Parts: sequence; C-alpha cells; structure tokens
Amino acid sequence: MEKVILETRNINKYFHDPVTNQVLNDISFSIRQKEFISVVGKSGCGKSTLLYILSTMDTDYEGELFLDGQSMKGRTDAELSKIRNEKIGFVFQFHYLLPEFSVLENVMIPGLKLAKYSKEEIEHHAMQRLNSMGIGHLAFKQAYRISGGEKQRVSIARALINNPLIIMGDEPTGNLDHKNSDIVFDIFRQLASETGQSLLVVTHDPDFATKTDRIIEMDDGRIKR
Amino acid sequence: MQFLLILNICKTLLLARLRQSVIAATGVTFGIAMFITLVSFMTGLNKLLDGLILNRTPHIRLYNEIKPMENQPVNLSKEYADHINIIRSVKPKDRPLQIYNSLAIIKALKTDSRVLGVAPKVTAQVFFNIGETDLNGVINGIDVQAEKKLFAFNDYVIKGNSHDLLTVANSIILGKGAAEKMLAKIGDVVQATSAKGERLPLKVVGIFQQGIADIDNVNSYASILTVQKLLGESNNYLTDIQVKLKDMNLAPQLAHQYQKIFRVDALDIQTANAQFQTGTNVRNIITYAVSITLLVVAGFGIYNILNMMIYEKMDSIAILKATGFSGRDVKWIFILISLIIGITGGILGLMFGYILSSIISYIPFETAALPAIKTYPVNFNILYYFIGILFALATTYIAGFFPAQKASEVDPVEIIRGK
Repeated sequence: MEKVILETRNINKYFHDPVTNQVLNDISFSIRQKEFISVVGKSGCGKSTLLYILSTMDTDYEGELFLDGQSMKGRTDAELSKIRNEKIGFVFQFHYLLPEFSVLENVMIPGLKLAKYSKEEIEHHAMQRLNSMGIGHLAFKQAYRISGGEKQRVSIARALINNPLIIMGDEPTGNLDHKNSDIVFDIFRQLASETGQSLLVVTHDPDFATKTDRIIEMDDGRIKR
Repeated sequence: MQFLLILNICKTLLLARLRQSVIAATGVTFGIAMFITLVSFMTGLNKLLDGLILNRTPHIRLYNEIKPMENQPVNLSKEYADHINIIRSVKPKDRPLQIYNSLAIIKALKTDSRVLGVAPKVTAQVFFNIGETDLNGVINGIDVQAEKKLFAFNDYVIKGNSHDLLTVANSIILGKGAAEKMLAKIGDVVQATSAKGERLPLKVVGIFQQGIADIDNVNSYASILTVQKLLGESNNYLTDIQVKLKDMNLAPQLAHQYQKIFRVDALDIQTANAQFQTGTNVRNIITYAVSITLLVVAGFGIYNILNMMIYEKMDSIAILKATGFSGRDVKWIFILISLIIGITGGILGLMFGYILSSIISYIPFETAALPAIKTYPVNFNILYYFIGILFALATTYIAGFFPAQKASEVDPVEIIRGK
C-alpha cells in the first residue's frame, strides 16, 4: 500500500452567520500517495468548504487534520503558509494568475518563495513545466493576455513548481469548454501516474469524476460514499 | 532572497499601476519640497530679522550703571541691624561711568576659553553744533578691528570706509539720520561738544545705517582714542566691554559670574532682547506647523491610494496567500510599496526644495533698512534635508501601515469562494 499523505479525523465545521449551521459533519477519510480522487455532491453540500480546510487556508474547524503525518492544529499563519508553499499545489476554478506578472513569473513565484533552488534552476523547472503542457511559447506573455484554457494550464504549472505532495483543485474544469477540460484531465492523470502526486479535485462534472480512481460523494455535510 | 523576491513583487505592482504610483509620489514630493523651501526661507528671514538686532548686540555687555547704592551705611551697621531703617530721597553717588581696571578685565576675558572675542567701547553723549542749533547724539568710540570681526560693523557702513577711522585723525562715521539732519557728506567737518563742554571738530569719513531709525538718528562712531580725547580722559577710560561668546546660550550664566568677579554690571543678550527670542520661536513653530500639515496631507494621499490598490489587488493577495505567502509577507509587500513611494517622492522633494529655495535666494530684495541684503535670505541647512527625508519616510510608513495591516488580514478563502 502507498503511504498516507493526508488524513482527517472527525472534522466538524459550523457557519455562524446568520444562524449556526453545521456544514461538515464528522468527516474522516484519508488520501494515499498517487491517488486521484474526485469529490462530488450537490451545491452547498460542503465539498468546497472541506477542500479549503484541507488546504490549511481555513483554520476554523473542529477535529484533526494530518498532512504528511503532521497535525495542522494550532500552527501559526507563517507555518501554515510555509506548508502550503511546500506541500500543497492549488488550482482554482477561476484562473487567478497575478495579472501584473508574465506567465513565467507567475509559475516561478511560489518557487522563489520556497527558495530551495536558485533562480536559474527555478526558471528552468518552470520552463520545463510550461513546455510539457504545450504552452512554453507563452512564457513571456503578460498573464492577462492569454486564453482561459491556457491560464488554467499555467496555474497547474504554478501548482507543480515546488513538487507538492498533493494537488487540490476547486472545480478546475468548471469554467472550461470540453476540449480544455480534457486537456486538464489528461495532465492530472499523467501527474498521478508519472510523478506520484496525489490529486483531490472537487467537481460538478460527472464525466470528469467517473474517470478518477475514487469518488467521494458528499451530501449535507457527510461523506455518503 | 526572500527580501529580493518581495521587493521584486513591489516593483512589479508599482510599475503595473505607474500612474497611481506617480501621483502618490508627487504628493510626497510636493510636501517635502514645500517643507524644505518654507523652512529654508522662514529660517533665513528669521536669521535676518534676529541679525538686525543680535548681530550688533554683544552677548554680554559689561558697564557701570548709574544707580543708588543698594546698601546704605545704616543697613551695614550692626547696631541697627534689627531695626527697620527707612531712608528717603536716596541719590546715586557721583560714580564715573568708567570701568575700573578695564585693561586687566579685558586681558582676563581674552584668556577665557568660552569667549570668542572682546571689543571695548567708550560712549559719549554729545551735541553736534549746526549753526544755531544743537543736535543730540551719541558717539561710540570703538575698536574698529574687533567691531568688524565680532559685530559685522562693515556691513552697516553704507558709504565711506571704516578703516579711515584709524588712519584719519579726529574722524567720525555718522549715523544716516544724523548725517541727513546735518546735511553732512563725506569729507565735511562737524563740530561736536561733550557734556562737559569740550569741543572737537570731526571729519566725516563714512555713513552708517543699521536699519533702525532710532539708532541711525542718534548713534555715530569714532575711534576709541578720538572719543577719549573729546571727553578729556586718559587712554584707559572705557565705559563698555562687549563680549561675544562661542555659545550664546551661556550668556546669562556667564554674565552673572562676570558681575561677581569684576564687580561691574553685566547684561546678557537674552535679558536685553527677550522679545526677539520669543518672536523667533513663534515663527519657527508656525513654519513647522505648516510643513507638518503639508506632509500629513501628502500622507493621506498615499493612504488613499494604497487603500484603493489593496481593494484592486484582493485577488492577487488571495493568490499570494494560497501559494505560500504569509500575512506578514503580504504586509511587508504593501509597507515596502509605501516606503518606495516615500523614498522616491522624498528625494525628488529634497531636490525640488533645493531648486525652489535657490530660486528664492536669487530674487532681489532691496530695502533701505538692510543695506547688506540684496536678495531674499535663504538658510541652506543640511539638517532640514535630513528632517525632510525622515518626515517622508515616517509619514509614508504610517500611511502604508494600516492598509498593509488590512491586506495581511485578508482571508483568501473568502475572496476565492466569493466569485
């Protein structure tokens, strides 16, 4: 069996505004290395909320979250930032590139932040990533000048720059046409099998979900399946 | 590395919104330039106004005052010590104005390390005789060299040459007002009579103007020897010893000391000209108040622009946080943006301030009251430039701090899910 990358134990989450409302109810599951998991469920079932808790950006929950064997409870903002930088790659529904920077810079910034490699090496890695996704020719364009599908590939390249343990996606194909969705899916599939990263993708797209290794179906704050 | 990365992000953010950045920096530039110009010009004027009186005033003046004895004999007697002694109609003793042992005092003062220079003086009340009428006047017998060096005497001699007082026997430099009344020109001879009736013809070698009518109407200058001759006194007769100190602030304390040691009256400049000090202080306060107001306004400009920038950049802040930048990193990005605006704006402000104050210093400013001044006075003091750049940094730091704090508290989940 592969190693466990991420594990949750009895996670509960409440929204208090306007009335207290439990959005996550006793969520316990784990993700192993190389697993490609999709999370599906109706709107408002709590799947995105769960994803942001797993990403360490949302710290307001009960229960425990382990990432790479370490508990995420009671850590400072700076520590969590470092963990996000090093171990988690994030792909959003909207592409969220920094419009002031070039495509290449966008991919490089998390790598420069981690500062594990020299700037030249990071630039080399970034170019490799872009080339492997067939968008190397866009490297020096401004980030806001490229198409939606291209942006999503750039943000995947950015998520990968620090070789994270796990890549999380919040509807990464939700805003793309069929052709681009397929491209993104193929990239994810390739990552899981070749570089051994785990993938956790929240999606509405049943076609996308059926192609993944495991589907977690959520309903009303619980894991149904 | 991390700092360079953050700096690089700042640079890109600033350049992406170049026009906004320039406007923010212009606000600082304007504030600092105005501060420098205002402070330089105001303190220049202040110095000029103070100089009007203070240049010509000794820091300590030693003299003998005509006054009744403080201790009448009856007060000194032991026999009546426990009595209440009332003495009416006390008159001052006929005590000469001469300072006793003046040469020894001067010698002692010159060896004092706190003293910059000493200038002896003899003053004499005279009448200038013009035909039928007599004109009241004061002739100051001065040590021309010392007076030039310590009290800028030459700046106030508008016609003729002060050196002639030494070379021409029985010569006089008349006050402008007095000269006009007597219709005296250089080369003319005027008649002066001392209080004791001695009469001496004096040759006019120059005209003096201090810019204060009361002084210029009455005061004239001659060499010490000439005045001693007019008074019929010996050459150790001096009525005033003027002392200029290295540090003017020591004057009250030293005046007190000299009074005790030399047994003469001593008047310090602070006591003699209290109103000028007050005026200077008030003008300085006004200058700083106006400058700080300008800088605060510039600071609000930066605050607004940074606030706007942060609202525009919410998405970018969320991305940075999602990809591993901590709240502290984000805060530093915005504080650095603010400081970069402050430094560039501030340095440009110093340059414009220097240029503006230089222009002012070339504008002609001629007034009869100030013969030595030809253009507006500007005080180029490096200290103001330091204060200026410090102000620029401090205001921009504070203006940037609060928006930066807000940016650091942005919850990325809220932004990302809010779409």
